[in-house]
Amino acid sequence: MIEIEGITKRYGETTVVRDVSLTIAPRTVTVIVGTSGSGKTTLLRMINRLVEPTSGTIRLDGEDNRSLPGYELRRRIGYAIQGHGLFPHRTVAQNIATVPTLLGWDRARIDAKVAELLTLFQLDPAAFGPRYPHELSGGQQQRVGVARALAAEPKVLLMDEPFGALDPIIRAKAQDDLLAIQKHFETTIVLVTHDMEEAFHLADRIAVMDKGEVVQYTTPAEMLVKPATGFVESLIGAGERPFRLLAIETVATAVEPGTAEGKAISSAVSQREALSTLLWSGRKALPVVGPDGVLIGKVSLDGLAQRAAGRS
Amino acid sequence: MLRLPNLFRLLALAALVAFLVQPQWFEPLLRPLVQENAPAIYNQGSLLQLTLLHLRTVAIATAGATVVALALAILVTRTSGAEFLPLSRSLVNIGQTFPPVAVLALAVPIFGFGEKPTLIALFLYGLLPIFENALTGLTTLPQSTMEAARGTGMTGRQRLLKIELPLAMPVILAGIRLSVVISLATATIGSTVAARTLGEVIIAGLQSNNLAFVVQGGLIVAVLAVLIHDALQAAERSLGSRMGR
Repeated sequence: MIEIEGITKRYGETTVVRDVSLTIAPRTVTVIVGTSGSGKTTLLRMINRLVEPTSGTIRLDGEDNRSLPGYELRRRIGYAIQGHGLFPHRTVAQNIATVPTLLGWDRARIDAKVAELLTLFQLDPAAFGPRYPHELSGGQQQRVGVARALAAEPKVLLMDEPFGALDPIIRAKAQDDLLAIQKHFETTIVLVTHDMEEAFHLADRIAVMDKGEVVQYTTPAEMLVKPATGFVESLIGAGERPFRLLAIETVATAVEPGTAEGKAISSAVSQREALSTLLWSGRKALPVVGPDGVLIGKVSLDGLAQRAAGRS
Repeated sequence: MLRLPNLFRLLALAALVAFLVQPQWFEPLLRPLVQENAPAIYNQGSLLQLTLLHLRTVAIATAGATVVALALAILVTRTSGAEFLPLSRSLVNIGQTFPPVAVLALAVPIFGFGEKPTLIALFLYGLLPIFENALTGLTTLPQSTMEAARGTGMTGRQRLLKIELPLAMPVILAGIRLSVVISLATATIGSTVAARTLGEVIIAGLQSNNLAFVVQGGLIVAVLAVLIHDALQAAERSLGSRMGR
């Protein structure tokens, strides 16, 4: 659990972050969005004290984050940034081993952890461990950057636009991988982005920042239905709203009794994908199968239309 | 497979060693440069010994300049030392603008004749390239790498030793290379105040109007400078290529 209480950061006369309070539940993904200069990165960097707040406190699992030296705090918190920030003069394995080495883990434990993480990120340890970062593709470098952040098994992972430098296809894959890994390690993730698509895809809760203040902090669905201010509404994009709403929920919650003609669709895909399939195939309804492949009902154009309008 | 430039370097090295060990082999080559009866090969001491002493003087002066310049550059690139940047810049610049000959003239009354004044002159003269390059190297590190170094929980000292210095090393080495080459040439004037360098050969040639002495003294210094320059450059390249530069 991360409790941010009345955090303010001033640089001279300018207030970058103004009296922000947020409580972030453990094992969730919280995404902080906002335009550039909204203070979102500064807020993130105050959690691991790369930036010291002017006033206010931040507690991690009830413990004030100023109760130990900054560098020790940062060894306990994962940190991944845009453009990966890998150390160019160290191999992939050495990069991932950075924090465990600082913590003084023994060789065998470090090697095992590096191999585990590389495997988890679908990089062959024997092939990729000895390589230097410049020998990797952008997507691979980004994965190594996240692997390094997770190496010491932190409970909290902070990410600052981690996928900003990736092309759209690799980015979507990286986002899905991140969600899988978050479930695997049960990490609490706080991620900063300006990409709303990414925010709605990843977030359990979204915090919208504008001019240093958090203007809304809620679930993606709630935010779509009840944007707190005109700024939040414009950030979501009026034209995208129904589709975003469908995108954040799976077909499982939209299943209606009955059946329909045609090729069945899985209950695990998003409602947006179901809508797309319905529109493309020109049908009014499609049969839905559960994870075990058994027919559980149908999903209809009318039903989805209701949901897209926020009236489920 | 030996590439052509390396073949030339190897030949130059072989010729240099041969000349230092068996100078009389080269006598016919140098003979046309001197008058009848005058010696064509330096005969007032061992060329090999002078070369080694010359190299020793340069090595000591450069090592001293490296330690001081690097320490200064590290100091002024820390947040706590940033205010000393202008001061150390001007100090180092004075070292460079002060002609080595003038340093010799000033140092001799204090330290006497011999190696010391030369070492001081070379040390002062060698500071600037190393300092400026170290400064450049330490202040132009990739932003995201430095951010990551802090983010992973490295202390200031760990960041300096594990990240900043290794990453800046190719640029620092380039500064050391410049300084070494300058010192190799400048060290010859040390012989005007009785330092034992290859300058002795050149000065002896000038005094006895023996062109062969001047040429052999000059050539040894030149070949040394080129070979050492290339060797250090190769070291920089191999460091740099590992980092994908």
